[in-house]
This record gives sequence, structure tokens and C-alpha cells, in this order.
Amino acid sequence: MVERRPLLTFLTHTVLLIGVAIVAFPVYLTFVASTHTAQDIVQAPMPIVPGDQFVHNYVAALTGSEKGAGSGAPVGRMMWVSLVSALVIAIGKIAISLLSAFAIVYFRFPFRMFFFWAIFITLMLPVEVRIFPTYKVISDLHMLNTYAGLTIPLIASATATFLFRQFFLTVPDELAEAARVDGAGPMRFFKDVLVPLSATSIAALFVIQFIYGWNQYLWPLLVTTEESMYPVVIGIKRMIAGGDAQNAWNLVMATAILAMLPPALVVVLMQKWFVKGLVDTEK
Amino acid sequence: MAAEKRVVFRSPWLPLALLAPQAAVIGVFFFWPAAQTVMQSFQQQDAFGTSTSWVGVENFVHLFQDRSYIESFKTTAIFSVSVAVFGIAISLLLAYFADRAIRGALVYKTLLIWPYAVAPAVAGVLWLFMFAPSIGVVAYALRKSGIDWNHLLNGDQAMLLIIMAAIWKQISYNFLFFLAGLSSIPKSLIEAAAIDGAKPWRRFWTIVFPLLSPTTFFLLVINIVYAFFDTFGIVDAATEGGPGKDTAILVYKVYYDGFKALDLGGSAAQSVIIMSIVVVLTVLQFKFVEKKVNY
Amino acid sequence: MQSKSLIASLSLAAIASFTTPAHAQVEIQWWHAMSGPLGEWVNDLVKGYNDSQKDYKVVATYKGTYPETLTAGIAAFRAGNQPDILQVFEVGTATMMASKGAIVPVGKVMKDSGLKFDPSGYVSAVAGYYTAPNGQMLSMPFNSSTTIFYYNKDAFKAAGLDPEKAPKTWAEVALAAAKLKASGHACPFTTSWISWTQLESFSAWHNVEFATKGNGMGGNDARLTFNGPLQVRHIQDLENMAKQGLFVYKGRENKADTTFPSGECAMLTGSAGLLGNVKKNAKFNYGVAPLPYYEDVAGAPQNTVIGGASLWVMSGKPADHYKGVASFFNYLSSPEVQSESHKRTGYLPITTAAFKLTEQSGFYKQNPGADVAVNQMIRKTTDKSRGIRLGNFLQIRTIIDEELEQVWAGKATAKQALDKAVARGNEQLEKFQAANKS
Repeated sequence: MVERRPLLTFLTHTVLLIGVAIVAFPVYLTFVASTHTAQDIVQAPMPIVPGDQFVHNYVAALTGSEKGAGSGAPVGRMMWVSLVSALVIAIGKIAISLLSAFAIVYFRFPFRMFFFWAIFITLMLPVEVRIFPTYKVISDLHMLNTYAGLTIPLIASATATFLFRQFFLTVPDELAEAARVDGAGPMRFFKDVLVPLSATSIAALFVIQFIYGWNQYLWPLLVTTEESMYPVVIGIKRMIAGGDAQNAWNLVMATAILAMLPPALVVVLMQKWFVKGLVDTEK
Repeated sequence: MAAEKRVVFRSPWLPLALLAPQAAVIGVFFFWPAAQTVMQSFQQQDAFGTSTSWVGVENFVHLFQDRSYIESFKTTAIFSVSVAVFGIAISLLLAYFADRAIRGALVYKTLLIWPYAVAPAVAGVLWLFMFAPSIGVVAYALRKSGIDWNHLLNGDQAMLLIIMAAIWKQISYNFLFFLAGLSSIPKSLIEAAAIDGAKPWRRFWTIVFPLLSPTTFFLLVINIVYAFFDTFGIVDAATEGGPGKDTAILVYKVYYDGFKALDLGGSAAQSVIIMSIVVVLTVLQFKFVEKKVNY
Repeated sequence: MQSKSLIASLSLAAIASFTTPAHAQVEIQWWHAMSGPLGEWVNDLVKGYNDSQKDYKVVATYKGTYPETLTAGIAAFRAGNQPDILQVFEVGTATMMASKGAIVPVGKVMKDSGLKFDPSGYVSAVAGYYTAPNGQMLSMPFNSSTTIFYYNKDAFKAAGLDPEKAPKTWAEVALAAAKLKASGHACPFTTSWISWTQLESFSAWHNVEFATKGNGMGGNDARLTFNGPLQVRHIQDLENMAKQGLFVYKGRENKADTTFPSGECAMLTGSAGLLGNVKKNAKFNYGVAPLPYYEDVAGAPQNTVIGGASLWVMSGKPADHYKGVASFFNYLSSPEVQSESHKRTGYLPITTAAFKLTEQSGFYKQNPGADVAVNQMIRKTTDKSRGIRLGNFLQIRTIIDEELEQVWAGKATAKQALDKAVARGNEQLEKFQAANKS
């Protein structure tokens, strides 16, 4: 840090440790639950230290060998569908929003603000409420049971557009001025100056949008009628028996942890890009 | 809007071309269905759509005659303000400390962002495991220390539960964006201030916070939208609006009526009402709060 | 060369068309909400049927929870690509029926198929719920359970109660609860699905109406009557028990279920389907008994009301699909398949033949308590106990949850709560009636 302040450093660690303890506690509990037998979990209160069933539970979750998992649907296939969807959605959202934010911030044209607000309003009507007409549109376009149906309707992003708008507004005017003076067109400026500068925002958004796409439940449930197109979150949900039958909670939690690994990987990888972005802007 | 760029590009067709992909997607997959939903708010129909009739503003009138609906405005206000304010404050605190290049920063950051990856379906189950008055780990601990935790019958505790659950989900989200914002503040500025003798507390309020304001404004708007629209899943998993209607926030009723009760006209009318409220709130934020943002 | 290969491929095609079967297998789409072990049960049923014949192939797809599955079915219907069979929970019965032309009654499907179909072979308390007043079966009962009483024998012993004597009347339940509390038990009695166990099934068990017109079977203009003297008396008794800590409210729907096998609560009224869970997880001796009743009420005990879901046949499909559906339903209703399902899941057998088959196999002797649910249902039903069919039933149950919570929290009396619930519930019925004008 800038100067040595041992007290502040101590405070820093304390605050962060408390923060992690609170925020990550549910994840910790998930892990603990995935290492016990199902019976131990339902005895009140649930144990808070890991048990000895780690290997057994994870093997069962991965191979679908134990009864009570709800279906024989292979976890691998579901993870693949989730991966493709999450990547398409994340990359698509970022690309589309970069272009939209660029248009709104750096140009003057009629209906400019109308477009911004139109994009913004899409945050204000949850999909659950407009499910019937939206489903009909997908069905009429023959997009059911396709990756396109899973991803394209989710690719507009008010959040990303708004974030990029905020960021672009902080970019010094001199840079755009310089580009104009150099005779570079807007798209050159966009490609060579804006996008590289936006690296940290892109990294942050990638994490968020990847996880968003990865955790989709209701939308895939509705637009797929073939279980081979089910993403992994549906797989988890269907292991949780509603009604009366007993849940294999240990397997549910083990699968949930497995489902959280790819997003965790994305988080770790993206952090490297944060640092890189930082170094680049240190000019 | 207050924020404008002085230097712009001129082109009659390029901006429209840039906007075209997003406009197409939202036109087809949002506005077209949304228009039908708005139409539904003036109709009354059975679940399958086999018998539809126009009822004008009857759905709206019906809503405002319902006392519990008016009550839920207050519940929603308390909920949204708490979630937005505390969510942002806590994550800013954590982000600030995590940004200081200390040992283990990478681990801290990963552990604080990772909970965002918990699927909502699983998160609901987890909160049950933690807070269920009987088997809940946290509930058990609270009881041992003398607090009788029973959110099934205690409305205030139920409210606290959903506020905590909603904030928890958002901390990772806000934290991530604050980190991104903090990492783009040039260290040279801060060093210069330190050399001038400014303490960390002063440096934060005079340099860091103003430079962070675009991110803070972004998160303020997004958190309020989140609290109003994306939290019905949490309420459904934790309290189902109970006890009684103590935690029935506006959007939960929309979800319940539209999705479970299959009262399409009613839920469409409610959606129109919430949408109007949040649009007004957002416009107000852009008009008044954005003035204070440093770009 | 080109024409040679053309002739070659044409010939191959011609040969192929002679060797393939005259008609391809007809695919029957079935959307269901069975997750966990029940999902495996569904898949096994489908596999059994598909392996048993070549004409039809049933494809079962999990579509989420009951509300999600119903929503998916409705969305598909509105878009014109509905499945052949849809599993809908019992509270959605009125919605399915009121939809003009969205469904085809099962009775009609079976009759048109020409297969042998005997409605009288079905247990009237089970199938009656899904049958129209004129006797036509509307949907096929699939997974039906009913309300029974569980108690912790070890806890009884520790409290000085006879573990082999289950409380038969509500007075006995209160007495047992008092003794359990005196012996230090923190949760003597609780219940799951409070509307179903303490009002709906309760009313049918005492041959008292829950709503007018035979609990709604007679038309959409039925109105609620569960604030009658008997129900008020019962909720008052529960209110008193709650005040003394003898009845502890553990949440809506089936949130209370886990409190029994974990040993936390000593007595529970809940679904028969919980038995498997109890068997697997309880670390104590447990007993199963019929639902308690008030012995001073004439006609009690009558029969209890089922819960669960049934299979509806959607309209607008090709004729050969309906033949396939009929064939599948025939398979599902056969005594062997029913008996196996009943033994495996704890759900009720829907035909008396299946019940007898299970009895003969000695299953009930080996598994005490498994026949309690069935015995409550193998009776002749009355107009007041056949079942319930109300519009917006899901909302009505939520209203009941909300108003009763005021009682347990001490904010309202039993009578106030029930009166308010009836008033609010009737509003829902009026709305349903208006939205589904026939």
C-alpha cells in the first residue's frame, strides 16, 4: 500500500475475514452437507464440520450411480449445455452492449435517449410475468429446444449497456479528440482505444453474465422439451424431491458444489485480467 | 440527462447500425410480449386463454381497493431501501479493504465473489438449512444465545430474514463492480495525496469516493431495480410472503398471481403499476442524483 | 454414372420402404413434476410400458414443480404445441376443468379407444375427486396420498403413555400432548399442509361440508363453509393447544415434515407419502395411525380427502395419440403396476383390485402402517366427502395459511380467522366464476 499502517492492515484483515465468514458461510455449509450422509443432514441441527462421505458422495453425484438422484440424466451433458449457454450469453451480452453504449454516448441522433430508456425498461418486467407471450414467440420462431432459444432472448442487457455508458462517460474527451485529429473513424477509435480501456469493466461483466447464464433455470425449463437440452441447474432442482419423498440432500449438495466449480474458475481467471487492466491504465 | 460528451462523432447511420442488434432482440423478445402483457392488464381471462373478456380498468380498481395491496407498498419501500443502502455500504467497505494490496487479496476476493455463483434454487434451500426454526444451524445458535428465532410467526424476523437473504446475494455482485471501479483509479493520484499528508480516511472521501461515483450511481440504480424486481424468488423460498402478509412485497404478489395463481389480468395490472413506480424512481435518480456524479 | 447411382439410390430407398414397418412408433409426450426418487419411479413406469409393446412410445419430461409444470402446459397450449399428457396437482383441477376445450376427459378417451374400462373398479374416494358429478372420469389419478397421523413411540414411552395406543380422538391428542410437554418435549404436536389436514380432510373425515354444492363439485357458484361450528371448534382447540405450547406451528405447506423423522416433534398429521422418509431417517420407534376425529360427531370417521396429482389429457392431438394415451393409462391402472407403485412410493392404489393384490402379497403384514392410508379411503363416499373442486384453490389455501398464522401468533381468534378466510376465499371464487363464464 501507499504507506505502512499496521493498524489499518490489521483492520483490513479483520473486516475481510468477517466479511468472508458471513458471505461465504452458506457456500461452506453446502460443502459440509456434501460430505455427510443424508440422514445426518436432517437431524437438527445440521453438523457444521465436514464429514467423511466426501469421496462416496462426489463419485455418486458424478456417475449418477446412487438411487434417488431423480433421473439418469448425465451430469456431463448438462454441464456442457450450461457451458455453451453461459459463454454465448456472456459474450453476446458484452458485445451487443459495447456497441449500444458506444452509440448512445458518442453520437448525437434522434431518439438517442429513447433507445437508452427502451433498453433500460427491459429490467422492469420479470420474465415470469410475460412468460406466455414470450414462449409463443419462441415457439412460432421454431426456436424451442435449440441453443438459440436458450440464449438469444437473454442476450439484450440493460445492465451491461448501462455499465459501459457509465464507463465511457469517464473516458477523457481528449482521447476522442485525438482520434478525430488523427483522421481515425469512430469504429477505429472504438476498437483501438475504448475497448482496451474497458478491460476491467468487461472482465467484471463477464463474470456476472457468465454466472447469470450458467444459473438459468426457469427459461430453459420452459423452452426445452427434450431433457438432453437441460442445463445443470435444472438437474439440481430435479434432485430435490418436492412433496413427500425423501431427498438425497448429500447428493444434492455435492452436485451443487460441482455446478459451482466452473463459475469459480471464471472468477479466478478474470481476476488476473483485473490486474492486467490496472497495469495498463497506469500510464 | 446531465452527463454528455463534448466530443462526439457524426454519422447518420452508424449509431443506428450499432444499436440494431440489441434493438432487434428486445423488440422481438421483450417489447412484443410486454405489449401483450399490458393488454392483458385490461382483460380477464381463464388460464388457458379460451375465454377472454375486456374489463377496462377493473383489475386496477380491484387492486387499490385491497387493503393488503396498499400495505405491501410500505413493506416494499422498507425492503428496497434496506437492501439497496446496506447492500451498497457493506460491499463498498469490503471492496475498499480488499483493494489494498495485502497478502491473500486474491483469496479474499475470490471467496467474496464466489457466492454469486450459487444458483438461486440452491440458495433458497441453503437459507432453509440455516434459518429454519427447527433444524436451522443459525436458528439453533440464536436460540442457544437466548434469541427466540421464529420467523414463521414473527413478522419482523421474517422481514429481517428476507432482507438479509437479498443483501447476501447482492454483496458479491456489488463487491465485484466496486473492485473494478477501484482498480481503475490511478494509484498515482492517491500516492500524491499521501505525500501531501492526507490520511487514508481523507483520501477515501476526497479522491476515491468521487472517482468511484459513476460505479456507485450504477449500483444504486441497479440495486433498486433488483430489490423491486428480482427478489420474489428469495421471498418464495424463505417466507412465501408470510407470516400472514408481513413479507409480501409487491413483486412477490406479481409472481404469485401470475405464475402460481394464474390470475393473468391481475398480475399484468400489478406489473404495470410496479413498472411505473420504478420508472419514476429511476428518472428521479437520473435527474437529481446523477448531478452529483463525477465523470 | 450419375443416372446409375440415381437408380441405385432409388432402388435402395424402395427396398427400405418395404422393410420398415408400415407405421412409425407414435410418440406420446408426458410432462410431469416428479423429482428425486419419484422421478425415477416415473422413468421406470415409462420404461415398463414402452418395453411391453411396440406401437407407442411414451416420453416423460420433467418440467419443474407443480406450478411450473402447469405453467409450461398452459404456455404450450397457447402456442399450439401442448403435450399429450400433463400432470396437474389436485388444486389445479378446477382450472383444468373450466378451460373450455383445453382438455379431453379421460372417460371419453378410454371409451373411444375401445379398450376395456371399468370406472367402478376405481376406489371412489380416490377417483371421485377427479370425476364429474355425472360419473365421467375427467383425469386419471396418478399419485394420490391422504392425511394420516404419525407418532413417536419412544417419546410416548418416556412421557408415560402407552406406545402401542395411538390417540384416536382429538381429545386424546391434547392429553397426550400435555403429557409429552410435561416430560420435557418441546414440540408435542405439529402438522403439515394445514389447510389440507386440519380443514379439508378434517371436514370430509367428519362428513361436513368444506364448501357448498358438494364442495364445489356442483358448479362454479359454490361458496366456502369451512367456518361452520365444527371447524371453528377444532381450530379453537388447536388455538388453545398452541397457547399452552402443545401445538407448535412449523410453517406452511410441508415445511413441518422434517420435524417428525428428526425427532423434534412427537406427533404429526401429514401426508402418507412421508412414510418412506420416516422409515429411512427416523432413529426411533414410530407408529402410524388414522387421522384423529371427534367421536361426538355423527358420521365420523367417514373418509379423508386425497392430495397429490392426476394426469390430464390435452386436446388438439391426432387421433392415434389418444389411442396411445388410452393404452398407457390401461397399463398404469393394471393391478400389478398399481400394486408395485403403491409398495414403492406409498401412494394410494387407485383400484380395489390393486389393493387386494397388495394385501394378498402380505405387504401390509411386513410393513405395519402402510395400510392405514388405504383403510381411510376404501369406503363408500358421500357427497360431502368425495373430494373438493374449487376455482383459485391455490389462492384459497394461501389465504387459509395467512389467516391461521394470525391465530398461532395470537393476533386473532379462531372464529375471526376462519370468518375472514371464508370472506377472502369467496372473493376468489367469485373472480374465478367471472373469469370462467360457461
